[in-house]
Amino acid sequence: MVTGSAAQGSAAQGSAAKASAVTSQAMPPVGVLALQGDVAEHLRALRDSGVRPVAVRRPEELDRVDGLVIPGGESTTIWKLIEVFGLAEQLRKRVADGMPAFGSCAGMILLADQICDPASGQQALGGIDITVRRNAFGRQVDSFERDLDVRGIAGGPYRAVFIRAPWVEAVGPGVDVLAIEPGTSRIVAVRQGPVLATAFHPELTPDRRVHQMFVEIVRERS
Amino acid sequence: MSVSDSPEGTSGAAQKGTSRVKRGMADMLKGGVIMDVVTPDQAKIAEDAGAVAVMALERVPADIRAQGGVARMSDPDMIDSIIAAVSIPVMAKCRIGHFVEAQVLQAIGVDYIDESEVLTPADEAHHVDKWEFTVPFVCGATNLGEALRRLTEGAAMIRSKGEAGTGNVVEATRHMRAIRGEIRRLSGLSADELFTAAKELQAPYELVAEVAAAAKLPVVLFTAGGIATPADAAMMMQLGADGVFVGSGIFKSGDPAARAAAIVKATTFHDDPDVVAKVSRGLGEPMVGINLDDLAPQQRYAGRGW
Repeated sequence: MVTGSAAQGSAAQGSAAKASAVTSQAMPPVGVLALQGDVAEHLRALRDSGVRPVAVRRPEELDRVDGLVIPGGESTTIWKLIEVFGLAEQLRKRVADGMPAFGSCAGMILLADQICDPASGQQALGGIDITVRRNAFGRQVDSFERDLDVRGIAGGPYRAVFIRAPWVEAVGPGVDVLAIEPGTSRIVAVRQGPVLATAFHPELTPDRRVHQMFVEIVRERS
Repeated sequence: MSVSDSPEGTSGAAQKGTSRVKRGMADMLKGGVIMDVVTPDQAKIAEDAGAVAVMALERVPADIRAQGGVARMSDPDMIDSIIAAVSIPVMAKCRIGHFVEAQVLQAIGVDYIDESEVLTPADEAHHVDKWEFTVPFVCGATNLGEALRRLTEGAAMIRSKGEAGTGNVVEATRHMRAIRGEIRRLSGLSADELFTAAKELQAPYELVAEVAAAAKLPVVLFTAGGIATPADAAMMMQLGADGVFVGSGIFKSGDPAARAAAIVKATTFHDDPDVVAKVSRGLGEPMVGINLDDLAPQQRYAGRGW
């Protein structure tokens, strides 16, 4: 599955050079960090949301995108691969320079400024002034789906899928809280400027409203 | 902290154990390597190498082969010690059809159950009714019909079986090519031909039609059984696997930590021969393999299950 996505990503880049003058405004290239996780689901969700999805595994591929999604997966694995393949510095720089970024679940952990219980050697990439707790909702038998209200998303409740999900323990002053799990005080969606993060997996449901929100951020910034 | 302390009586209460939650868990493992481990120390080595999950078991398949006897679910204390040692998901195996071993594994809190032909089957006619469980199951398959029958019973993830504990990738290749080839063949069939295909595959028509229309399984497809090198893992990914299980191949090799990390990298960059070449250097001795011709029919695990 990753093979197909990666091939599509690079094919899209090849034709992009020629067509960029025409389509860059209408179809900005948005990357999905394709080291591990549910990359294909995010690529599909971005395609449905009117942008050109690009699989990103190398520093030079990161240069060519207007925004980046960090998918669900294992945050410890993705972090190790970021380190081993030399992506950390450039990821930090691009996010610091204002590149829109969206992380779901593992992606939220990677985009957090602080991880309160990191695995050995695991670091935060940073980008959003929050502290996350990994696997906060428990093990897989505790994983669940439920309806949520997400601020900034019209049209009724959002069906959110939580899988061994993190939650946000603390937010800094510049962070907007977009969703709290009903009946609790657990923060599960946040935004700070062009950086968006959810503890749940919008890519696993056909509802594209969260990806559309991110695509709007990319369009505003590009 | 678990969700059980959250107020579920509120409107739109949380639903656990749905197909979306079970299959979605497997989606999070894609592009990754799941490693067999028998001690907490091995589990730490696997996590540090970048494994997406570990399979906790008492003996790796190569030792089950060498030592013989009945192979059963692992001791819950041993599984607990591995759960305590790592933050990545922990899987464990139950015997085919042994629904009480599965109940025990769910009670312990493992993240995925492998109803596995590597253990001695407990039922020669029935697999576990996996719909009855909150925890998701992965099951082995040698061909598409077998994969679809497991999905019908509620499996949320499929792995091609290969021949575990051999360090020989030939059966993994055979099963991966069989599953993918049969899916390609299905997707070219007309509506009336699909009825006959369903009969031949011994699988429900609706599921067969769904796979034909999507040209893929509705769940994640990993590969297993005999992967011992980074090139083996990369080949399985190029053949269409979503990820790989490595059993004996890591901890029966000369330098497990280096080999584990190399297989993780080769899985991510499976389509880049330069990366696979680079990570294949200096790994020390691979596990000693077994030629399939040297295995008596009763020593073949892939024939267990149906």
